[in-house]
Amino acid sequence: MSTTIAQRPQLSGQPSDLVGARLPRWAPIAVGALAVALALGIRFALGWTGWGTAFFTAAALFVIILTGWSFSVEGVRRAKDRLASTLIYACFVAAVVPLVLILSYIAIRGIPAFSVDFFSHSMNGVTSRREGGGLYHALIGTLEIVAIAAVIALPIGIFTAIYLVEYGRGKFAKAVTFFVDVMTGVPSIVAGLFVYTFLLLGFGARPFGAAGAIALAILMVPVAVRSSEEMLKLVPRDLREASYALGVPKWRTILKVVLPTALSGLITSALLAVARVAGETAPLILLTGYASSINFNPFSGDQATLPMMVWDQLGKRSGTGTSDLTEARAWGAALTLVLLVLILNIVARLLARLAQPKTK
Amino acid sequence: MAKSIDVDNLNVYYGDFLAVEGASINIAPRTVTAFIGPSGCGKSTFLRTLNRMHEVIPGGRVEGKVLLDGEDLYGPGVDPVNVRRTVGMVFQKANPFPTMSIYDNVIAGYKIAGSRKNKREFDDIVERSLKGANLWEEVKSRLQRPGAGLSGGQQQRLCIARAIAVEPSVLLMDEPCSALDPISTLAIEDLISELKVNYTIVIVTHNMQQAARVSDRTAFFNLAGVGQPGRMIEYDETAKIFSNPTQKATEDYISGRFG
Ligand SMILES: Nc1ncnc2c1ncn2[C@@H]1O[C@H](COP(=O)(O)OP(=O)(O)O)[C@@H](O)[C@H]1O
Ligand SMILES: [Mg+2]
Repeated sequence: MSTTIAQRPQLSGQPSDLVGARLPRWAPIAVGALAVALALGIRFALGWTGWGTAFFTAAALFVIILTGWSFSVEGVRRAKDRLASTLIYACFVAAVVPLVLILSYIAIRGIPAFSVDFFSHSMNGVTSRREGGGLYHALIGTLEIVAIAAVIALPIGIFTAIYLVEYGRGKFAKAVTFFVDVMTGVPSIVAGLFVYTFLLLGFGARPFGAAGAIALAILMVPVAVRSSEEMLKLVPRDLREASYALGVPKWRTILKVVLPTALSGLITSALLAVARVAGETAPLILLTGYASSINFNPFSGDQATLPMMVWDQLGKRSGTGTSDLTEARAWGAALTLVLLVLILNIVARLLARLAQPKTK
Repeated sequence: MAKSIDVDNLNVYYGDFLAVEGASINIAPRTVTAFIGPSGCGKSTFLRTLNRMHEVIPGGRVEGKVLLDGEDLYGPGVDPVNVRRTVGMVFQKANPFPTMSIYDNVIAGYKIAGSRKNKREFDDIVERSLKGANLWEEVKSRLQRPGAGLSGGQQQRLCIARAIAVEPSVLLMDEPCSALDPISTLAIEDLISELKVNYTIVIVTHNMQQAARVSDRTAFFNLAGVGQPGRMIEYDETAKIFSNPTQKATEDYISGRFG
């Protein structure tokens, strides 16, 4: 048996109830062009000199013309829709533009400093007027200090999160959550001051790398707890119950079911917590000092870090003069720091994808 | 081996809320018992007290006795982990472990619990359990594929294979077919009839034809109103419950569904 679907006869001149009048697809582009042209015209006519006012005039004209046109053709609901969409896109652009500007500016200023020597040499004996030198010493310091901080903070963070999600009940768990929240807001200099007082002043020690790592760890713990907690909460209750119902004790359920299921998320949260503190500067001023030569030992002697190198090269640390050379090196170090964080983020995503449960 | 279950006047609580009041039941080994009744009357809650899964929920507690072959599950010193080894469970929503292959899902009860066996023994267990769950033919060529890649009905049978792999004495099933198509449902009903030879089975179902088809005895649960505790109204031979119930409420419920 064959069926044919009856086509509703299209009577000419009698529009369907379902199809309303719409602006053509090119409407936003045309209105945009018109708004820009009008704004330019006004700029010349009134003799404005800057571009800012013209830009905002164009934006305002765009919103007004598009919404008005839409209202007259499409009706009030679509006009509202156009207005809201335009505003949302504008907010998006307002949020992204500064970010892109900052990143591209850092890249433009930083890339000229990059060379093989820049990554393989320290600043040992390089004065502000001399060429050469590099960030090797600072890169070593940052990597070591951040690694030590991660080794201290991530286990504490993840175990605390496991406690809160799997075991935490009642007052104690509430108190832990509260203090974690408070710690999230602790200014980094306060963490630095704390370690400075107890470790350096308390033991009469000179600044050294690991002292900075402890302060970074203090800053990292709450971030790690919070994000790991969210990841563990995402593991469905079902899976825990399925495991209990097989006669598996709770701790083995956590170890073999909950953690593997959440692994992908836990890796992401760990690396993001690391990225979060990699550029931290304030506590390092107090705790790790700065050395222009290479110091591999984080447990003794001043150690350079990338943020501190930026500070040093801009002459703020010693109050010495700066030059194009030192400024270029500062931007180079800043760009390296940004790239480091970027790499951490990319690695986090790749690892997370690898660790994700598969269905195929 | 299959064991009997005797529950005497059990009260089940969520915190202060009494969810099931005064439930008593005697279940013989190697039988299928069906729990029926409207939503929220405490069928799942009661079922979960039979392997101490109820207390996994914060605030969950019981008063009364549950005897497994005469031994009180809630007696002093009884380890809930051992109880759950003896009384297995299949859930409403199929929940294979997403990080594990089909093979590993079946032996999850051993693997996660850390019990050591060699590859041969595991191979045997996997084959036997999957055959027991009527899934072997469909998956034998892809045992190392993820369990989450199977269809809903296959996943549920994988969960049954996982539950019987640890050789429990009793199998609890909470609406195991409610998310499945009729073909998969039939496969699982057949499976229940086969498993009955070795296990004591308790199944919650909303499908009364299913209760009539698979069970030997049926318990009807009801609740007087919202916020009231659920009660077991009637418990009898399935044939009797469906043809000639003693209680008016049972008859109303059954005829309402059938009529
Ligand atoms: N986790 C829980 N916490 C508190 N109350 C619950 C929980 N689960 C179920 N209940 C309550 O217990 C009662 C019985 O629920 P349930 O056993 O799921 O019913 P059924 O399986 O018969 O539909 C309901 O009133 C329900 O609201
Ligand atoms: Mg239920």
